[in-house]
Amino acid sequence: MTFPVEFVLFAFLILTALTVARVRNLFAAAMLLGIFSLVSASMMLLMDAVDVSFTEAAVGAGVSTVLILGALSLTDSSEKASTPHRFSGKLVVLGTGALLIFGTLDMPYYGDPSAPIHHHVAPEYITGSRVDVELQNIVTSVLASYRGFDTFGEVAVVFTAAVGAMLLLGGARRREGAADSAARSDKPAGGA
Amino acid sequence: MSAPPSFRPVRQNLILRVVAKSLFPFILLFALYVQFHGDYGPGGGFQAGVIFSAGWILYGLVFGLANLQRALPPRWVEIGTASGLLLYGGVGLVSLFRHGNFLAYQVLDHHSTVHGLHRGIFWIELGVGITVASVMVGIFYAFAGRGQQR
Repeated sequence: MTFPVEFVLFAFLILTALTVARVRNLFAAAMLLGIFSLVSASMMLLMDAVDVSFTEAAVGAGVSTVLILGALSLTDSSEKASTPHRFSGKLVVLGTGALLIFGTLDMPYYGDPSAPIHHHVAPEYITGSRVDVELQNIVTSVLASYRGFDTFGEVAVVFTAAVGAMLLLGGARRREGAADSAARSDKPAGGA
Repeated sequence: MSAPPSFRPVRQNLILRVVAKSLFPFILLFALYVQFHGDYGPGGGFQAGVIFSAGWILYGLVFGLANLQRALPPRWVEIGTASGLLLYGGVGLVSLFRHGNFLAYQVLDHHSTVHGLHRGIFWIELGVGITVASVMVGIFYAFAGRGQQR
C-alpha cells in the first residue's frame, strides 16, 4: 500500500513541468524550475535517499537557480514568440515518451525485495559496511571505500567540467584584466 | 516585469539583509556538520561542498559580488578547485607509499585496518568537499563576473 503523498508530489512535478514549458516569462520559468527541484528532493526524501535529497535541494533548487538567474541577467526576461509547433516534432516527442513508458513495464515494482538490484553486490555492501568498514552510513562506505576509484573519477570529472566552464565564461576577463585578484575585486564596485 | 538580478548589493531590503546575514554562519556550520558527520549520518563531501557554496552564494546575492570576492578571492577558489582533487589523489599516493594498493585505506593506520579505513574516508571526503565547494563558487564567479562586465 503506497502512501498517497507520493501521488500528490508526482502530480505537482508534472504540473510544474507543463507550466515551465508553457510560461513565456523566463524569470517565472527559472523560479518554477527551482520548485521542480524542490519537489524532486522531497520525493527522494520519501524514498529514504536523504543524501541525494540534500544534493538535489542545494544544487537544483539553490545553486542552479542562481546560475540560471545569472544567465538571465545577460538576456531578455521574456521568451521570444516561437514558431508554431510542427506535427513531426510532436510525433517524435510522443513516440519517445511512449517508448520510455513501454520500457518501464519490464522494471520491477517499486520497493520489490526480489528485484535484481537487491541481489547483486548490495547485500555484501550492507553486511560489509557494518563488519569490515564499521560505518553507520552505508552510502559513505560504498562511495568512499568500496567505490573509491569511481568517486575519484567523479571528482576529476567535476574538476574538469569546472575548469572548462571557468575558461569559457571567465577567460576573457582574465586576459584583458591581466591584473591580480585584488585589482579585480575592486573593479566591479564602481562599474556595471 | 521584475528585473533580473545583477549581483549588486541589495540596499533597499533590510529584512533580506538581516535574515541572510544571520542565516549565513548557520549554513556554513551545517555544511561542516554534514561534512564531518557524514560517516554516521546522511551526507558527505558532495553534499557538504554544495551546502557550503550555497551559503557563500547567498552572501554574494545579498551583499554583492564585490564583497563576496573580497571575503573569498577568486584566486583561492581556483586553488581550492585543484587542491581538493590533489588531496584525494594524495591519499591514494600515501597508501601506495605504505605498501598498499592505490586508495587502499587499510594501510593508513599502523594498528588497526578499520581506523585506517576511517582515516582515508575522512581525508578523501574532505577533498571532495573542498573541490565541490570551490567549483560551485567558481562557476558562480564566472557567471556573475560576466554580467558585471557589461
